[in-house]
Amino acid sequence: MLDALTVAIGVAALALAAWCGHAAWRDQPTKDWHFIGMAVVTVLVLAQLVIGLVKLAQGEKPDEGTVIFVAYLVGAFAAVPAAGMLSLTERTKWGSVTVAAGAVVLAVLEVRLYDIWGTTGA
Amino acid sequence: MPDADTTTDVTGAAPDGRKRLVSGPGLLLVWLYGVMVVGAVSRSAYQISTEFDRAPLAYSLSAVAALAYAFITYSLVRGGETARRAALVCCAAELAGVLAVGTWTVLRPEAFPDTTVWSQFGMGYLFIPVILPITGMLWLRRRRTPDA
Repeated sequence: MLDALTVAIGVAALALAAWCGHAAWRDQPTKDWHFIGMAVVTVLVLAQLVIGLVKLAQGEKPDEGTVIFVAYLVGAFAAVPAAGMLSLTERTKWGSVTVAAGAVVLAVLEVRLYDIWGTTGA
Repeated sequence: MPDADTTTDVTGAAPDGRKRLVSGPGLLLVWLYGVMVVGAVSRSAYQISTEFDRAPLAYSLSAVAALAYAFITYSLVRGGETARRAALVCCAAELAGVLAVGTWTVLRPEAFPDTTVWSQFGMGYLFIPVILPITGMLWLRRRRTPDA
């Protein structure tokens, strides 16, 4: 369950990165639709955070330790909203580039999360 | 973001007269530096508090890197000529650090039982640690004078 969600978020994050990268390439700032896309990704990451915490509460142990797992969950949750807020202050293509970079960071975090959680749960 | 100025002021004057460093490409720079701050600070805090004895040198260097990133991020957000110069010096120091530590880890890997943020020139961080100070310095140099 958690693994499937991690993979799904990774793919969604890369899609968001490509989408915002495309907007930047066309010299456009982030628009409402981009923010809806960011919201969708953020809801997925929030679900991941909740499921991850529930699994920890049920006594499952991540391969690389609970502290690191929670830190990465929180970091993943913060990445896209933070980049989105920054892009609100920069209404040029550079705002789009920043959101794209934020989504790439999220994708990297998901890869790490996949490793950190390991094979215990699935 | 303490800077509430949402207008795209490309000439770069903040409301209080400070030169804005967080506009255009500067925003991307601040974002990447911010990510590195979170990554380096949390990583070194965790490693120093839980397993410092395993690789004291590596973890101390990560902590130094974290401080450098934090200071540069703060300078960029703050803006102004003094902050720009301070950030420029720190970017140069950061680049020197990445190159020195990177070379060190390649030549003497046995000195590093665990990796640092700057190991192998930041390979574990997609080489961002070595790219960032270079782009940072290019950006900060371009912002040198308000063309007055």
